[in-house]
Amino acid sequence: MNREDFPMLNQDTIYFDSAATSLKPQCVIDKMNDYYTKHTSNIHRGDYTAAEITNREYDGAREVVKEFINAKSSNEIVFTKGSTESLNLVAFGFLKKVLKEGDEILINKGEHASNVLPYLVLQKEIGIKVKYVPLDENYEITVDNVKKMITDKTKVIAIAHISNVIGDIRPINEIGEICKEKDIYFIVDASQSISHIEINVEKCNASFLAFSGHKMLGPTGIGVLYGKEELLNKTEPLLYGGGMNQYFEEDGSYELKSVPSKFEGGTPPIAEVIGLKEAINYINKVGVTKIHEYELELKEYLVSELEKIDNVILYNKSSKSGIVTFNLEGVFSQDTSIYLNHYNIAIRAGNHCTKMLKDELDIRNTCRISMHLYNNKEELDKLVEALKMSKDIFKIVL
Amino acid sequence: MNIINDKELRREIILDNYQNPTNRGLTNSSYYLKENTNNESCIDNLDIELKVENDIITDIRFDGEACAISTSATSIMIKTLIGKTTSEARKILQNYDNMIEEKEYDKEILGELIVYDEIYKQPNRKRCALLPRDAIVKMLNRLDESTNLN
Repeated sequence: MNREDFPMLNQDTIYFDSAATSLKPQCVIDKMNDYYTKHTSNIHRGDYTAAEITNREYDGAREVVKEFINAKSSNEIVFTKGSTESLNLVAFGFLKKVLKEGDEILINKGEHASNVLPYLVLQKEIGIKVKYVPLDENYEITVDNVKKMITDKTKVIAIAHISNVIGDIRPINEIGEICKEKDIYFIVDASQSISHIEINVEKCNASFLAFSGHKMLGPTGIGVLYGKEELLNKTEPLLYGGGMNQYFEEDGSYELKSVPSKFEGGTPPIAEVIGLKEAINYINKVGVTKIHEYELELKEYLVSELEKIDNVILYNKSSKSGIVTFNLEGVFSQDTSIYLNHYNIAIRAGNHCTKMLKDELDIRNTCRISMHLYNNKEELDKLVEALKMSKDIFKIVL
Repeated sequence: MNIINDKELRREIILDNYQNPTNRGLTNSSYYLKENTNNESCIDNLDIELKVENDIITDIRFDGEACAISTSATSIMIKTLIGKTTSEARKILQNYDNMIEEKEYDKEILGELIVYDEIYKQPNRKRCALLPRDAIVKMLNRLDESTNLN
């Protein structure tokens, strides 16, 4: 749907790599372009007309994000470079301060590097223990398996809302409920779910929630960390400098601004914040629920077609998102993606930054189709057609 | 046989070396040098073992996961280098590198490795073709360093 809004589609490309980064609608590009061509200025420090326009475009953004994820206050919305920075801010600005040796963090082997490595570093630095919730036979997370892993020492559960290879929607509301009962910090990586499915930080009781703008029809270089205000107050910034301090004196005294400003030292990514705001406005106009239902319809169609092809191995038939992971029998995933590029079909091959999933899948590298609202059945038919002809793959890739 | 002009034959050579590569499987023996080689921009990941006796390469083995180009290049390189002295091997590897990087090179000494002479047309696959070379050169350098120490 809404294909006419996405200029990348004018060049005959079939884009199935939205889990890596989404395409951007023209309105987002225009808003950012306007900032660069019509009202370039820094924020909150000019009295001229361009600066006033920039302030107006920029200032509403935090409020728009707040509404979008149902946070209590716009103070709970911190702008970062992306999910990776958001999760690192939680790990090194908050967890490092509140956790003690022997405390346990529960993650799982389907997590993206950015929701694993910071904890492995903490494990090494302060002696916490990283433990893994087992995946079920469909490589998915169940509430029961989470419950089984919780001990008296469990202080944190960190999980992606939708995983980036299997594409399963994790039961975050139920896990959030458990965390509330047991006083466990709950970290949600919403990178793959934001703009695909409704996010409600109150309902899932997230302590922190992270996402990136570029996977939700917005620009690169901007992301969000949501944190409950009382927790953000206890979090230390990773960056010190202009824009985040109240004062600093020769005697070494200083005071930082309050949340969220204390985390946003330096000139912010102004164009990107404006672009993110426009992306959210755009998504709201379409409706997240409608996007989710549409993507599911596409996935079900694709799976049913791929099941008819003998040499296609599917890894995640049952998951309820727009991600389909597969391999061609006997073909290295990268050769498959190079083959599909011959038909102008863009997919992703590799381990998708989930390097521990190989322990569960018994295979290191896969091909991933990931969709968004702008994909359609015609594109899926072309993909299926290309895969049906893949017996000749080496005539094309060699 | 002129593999330079026969596209079908080149493809067959590459495919055959991909599907039935030479010396797949490691020895993990202490008589071998070992080096991991991986492609940061993609997902190829190979371990290569090298055995040198009296300055002659007597064995090379490999294992890992990699695309058709990386795997076949490793296989062909293994066949080409076994039996060569280390300085002959260096010369072949330098020529191979020159070919991939579109510099001047000596076709005569490359043997079947010549099948990759058009890989430059797919710039993102150059790294795949160079993957085994990197590891073998590193091991030859290590060997030189240890010889110089003695």
